[in-house]
Amino acid sequence: MNAHQPIANGLTPAVDIAVEAKTFSPVAGRPAQAVLRNVALSIAPRSFLVLTGPSGCGKSTLLNIVAGLDTDYTGHIRFAAASPRIAFIFQTPRLLPWRTVEQNIALPLPDGDPRRAAIPELLSRVGLSGAESAYPERLSLGMQRRVAIARGFALEPDILLMDEPFVSLDDPTAQALRTLVVELWQSRPTTVLFVTHDRPEAVRLATRIVRLGQLTDAMTTSVVADGSIALSQSARHDPGAVRAEQARFFGDT
Amino acid sequence: MSQTRKRAGAAGLLQAGSWQERLAWTALSLAVLVAIWSLAAGLAQNRHGPGPLAVLSVIAHEASTGALWANLFATLARVTASFIIAMLIGSAIGLALGRNETANKFFDAWLILILNLPALVIIALSYVWIGPYESTAILATAINKIPNVAVQMREGARSLSRDLDEMASVYRFGWWKTFQHVTIPQLGPFFAAAARSGLALVWKIVLVVEALGGHSKGVGHQIFTAFQSFDVPMILAYALAFIVVIQIVEFTLLQPMQTRLNRWKR
Repeated sequence: MNAHQPIANGLTPAVDIAVEAKTFSPVAGRPAQAVLRNVALSIAPRSFLVLTGPSGCGKSTLLNIVAGLDTDYTGHIRFAAASPRIAFIFQTPRLLPWRTVEQNIALPLPDGDPRRAAIPELLSRVGLSGAESAYPERLSLGMQRRVAIARGFALEPDILLMDEPFVSLDDPTAQALRTLVVELWQSRPTTVLFVTHDRPEAVRLATRIVRLGQLTDAMTTSVVADGSIALSQSARHDPGAVRAEQARFFGDT
Repeated sequence: MSQTRKRAGAAGLLQAGSWQERLAWTALSLAVLVAIWSLAAGLAQNRHGPGPLAVLSVIAHEASTGALWANLFATLARVTASFIIAMLIGSAIGLALGRNETANKFFDAWLILILNLPALVIIALSYVWIGPYESTAILATAINKIPNVAVQMREGARSLSRDLDEMASVYRFGWWKTFQHVTIPQLGPFFAAAARSGLALVWKIVLVVEALGGHSKGVGHQIFTAFQSFDVPMILAYALAFIVVIQIVEFTLLQPMQTRLNRWKR
């Protein structure tokens, strides 16, 4: 089978995921645990794909496999780019506390890279002007997450991975960051793979939602639903429209 | 106006935690110690229990003949050389053991053995096996310190954050950037702690080495000679002079280094 098989809209997928099986090896007396089985996804370039599913079903594991952090699985991950630039916005900000905000954002970029020149503009877009030389631990969690978002976008990645980046934030802060991420994604288009178990968040952000869940016959996780979300950006700010779309997609009432 | 301020200062309005406040406390504490010493020496009236002034006059005399400086310099040079060697080798061993579980399982017993080997044994064997050279003094001191540095740096290497390693790997930092910006800063506090406790240990051991090794110069040699004639003022004079030197190193080099390493902390 051709890995770069054209998908629905005729484009080469930015990422082609085919994880046949992922099993955690036994640790400290716990038996081996099968997590993922036959997860196959072709992700269109510049789409915003949200991966949802119950907590602990293996969403983060899948993201780590795509990121290349976990190589202990059978199957393959193929990228359209020969040497894809991958950015990862983790569940915790994972900033270097001993480097300033600006250094944290610049470090993934080589010295003298033209993308470094764009950092000041990016900092003002994420609302961090004036905090360039602050150390991360002196900032609030919301601000630290803004730094992590800026670091991800500064790379101008081919693939942007996000693993529940808005958990443990109060609701207004989380909403503001969602809006920020969508705006940045629209002005610097990239392929996003976003993990969350928050259904309204999924509907609000996604162009496509993939639901992972347990198949009836097994304990392993696979794709149980896959579809597009065709809300306009303005409708995504309307709680009623989001709720209706959520009901349509997930069958929630 | 200035008078009110002065009175306010005397009443303890020095800013809490400022260096002036700490200095004031140190000065007060040392002044009380000297007063107790002076009082005890006055009551004892014994030539083996000299008061502060008697010791100070010996220091002044030794300084005027140049002996003080020559001995301090000889010892400080040995301290510096052993300290640097112990920090380098100890850090390398500690990092290797902290990052490689198999190596750690194997070498842990060796480390415990050397850690518990009395300093005197290491010193005696060094002189028997290598001979009475300058390098023996430095090596014997360094060997005494290496296991302590290794143990502290091993803790540092074990506590390295996996989260940050993953971040560096996804963002393709490469090994040099990772070492520079991710690994070294995490080890910094452990290195600073090892350096500070190391300096204190190294200078105490150097004196023993100098006394036993038959070196013609050095604070240890001087104290050992004074001990043979029960010259207590001379012993105290050299001890005090060297404490002052070590404290100067502590305040001008090690503490600023630690502050710099920790400046990002909240």
